[in-house]
Amino acid sequence: MKTDMMEVCLLAGKIMLQSGAETYRVEDTMMRIASSFGAKESHSYVTPTGIMFSIECEQPTKTKLIRITDRTTDLHKITLVNSVSRQISNKELTLEEAYQSLKNIESSTPSYPIIIQVLAAAIASGCFLIMFKGTWDDFFPAFVAGGTGLITFIYAQRIVPIKFFSEFVASLIIAILSWIFVYTGWGYELDKIIIGSVMPLVPGLVLTNAVRDLMAGHLVSGLSKGAEALLTAFAIGSGVAVVLTFI
Amino acid sequence: MVVEQLITSFIASAAFGIIFNTKKASLIKCGIVGMAGWFVYFTMTSNGIDPVPASLAGSFVVALISQFFARRYKAPIIIFNVAGIIPLVPGGLAYDAMRNFVESNYTIGLGLAAKAGLISGAIALGLVFSEVINQLIRKAKLPPKVYSKSRL
Repeated sequence: MKTDMMEVCLLAGKIMLQSGAETYRVEDTMMRIASSFGAKESHSYVTPTGIMFSIECEQPTKTKLIRITDRTTDLHKITLVNSVSRQISNKELTLEEAYQSLKNIESSTPSYPIIIQVLAAAIASGCFLIMFKGTWDDFFPAFVAGGTGLITFIYAQRIVPIKFFSEFVASLIIAILSWIFVYTGWGYELDKIIIGSVMPLVPGLVLTNAVRDLMAGHLVSGLSKGAEALLTAFAIGSGVAVVLTFI
Repeated sequence: MVVEQLITSFIASAAFGIIFNTKKASLIKCGIVGMAGWFVYFTMTSNGIDPVPASLAGSFVVALISQFFARRYKAPIIIFNVAGIIPLVPGGLAYDAMRNFVESNYTIGLGLAAKAGLISGAIALGLVFSEVINQLIRKAKLPPKVYSKSRL
């Protein structure tokens, strides 16, 4: 069976959206692919939770809808799909080859194992503590609390796939750990330890994407991503607040 | 002190590159972007400038360098600017605001929350400004092509 142009476009869009690309980039990529495979006209409507795409060519107009339920952050996949789309635009790939390489990208696993990601989060937490004018004495508490926060987030997400709940639990654990460190005399400034350790959970990607989408005129996507960022910030804040009320 | 800030901001931004699963070759660029943005923010705030304009300048620098990298290495811009923006996010202020709310100091808390909101707005504005400059450069590059075509 011949690979359909529609499938290639939708697969590219799906991978990008699931990896956390901006909405306008997803639309742009799909339309570029369609036009370089010879579609007369194509229309796309992308929101963070679904893709609608229609192509007009010799056959009657085709329209398809796919639903996106889970979104993660994987900037490497976005780069890969971007380069495949560039190759397609330069006519370096046939329809089958493009579909095959997109399938390979979709099934590829993250390039860093969880342990490395957790270590990175721990180091970042310690560095943020220093950047927020903390003392080097508090580096170790922030290191441990930040790393544990990300582990908690990843595993809570596996047990209950509700993002806001996982963020709440993670920041709760961070606040409890930081308090224990200060209480036992290992750490000194509770506020700075908590702020530093919470940073890996901060919705930086969603925030930047929300702004870029709003500027590109994608009002629906921009607003819904802004709401997502706000909810995340709220979840982190309430996790810490619960602990602060008991101190 | 400044050297300490430069090193920690570089490492923190590169570490965020790992959390967001950027490929290894881009990690150093992520670090450079984050370091530049934080350097601008830090020098401005330590010279007595308000955090709001400092965040604006910081995010502007972050977005500008990210655009340069994106063009140079033909990669999506979010790879570079996401890690750079994170140090500027007003996490500390939001935390202080919440702490005051929890302790029933609502007036102080509201003031801090408003400031955190302003800083977020400033970060967004910095991203927009550099986007505008990016578009202007792209437009400025276009006319010569049209010229040469019309001459033919």
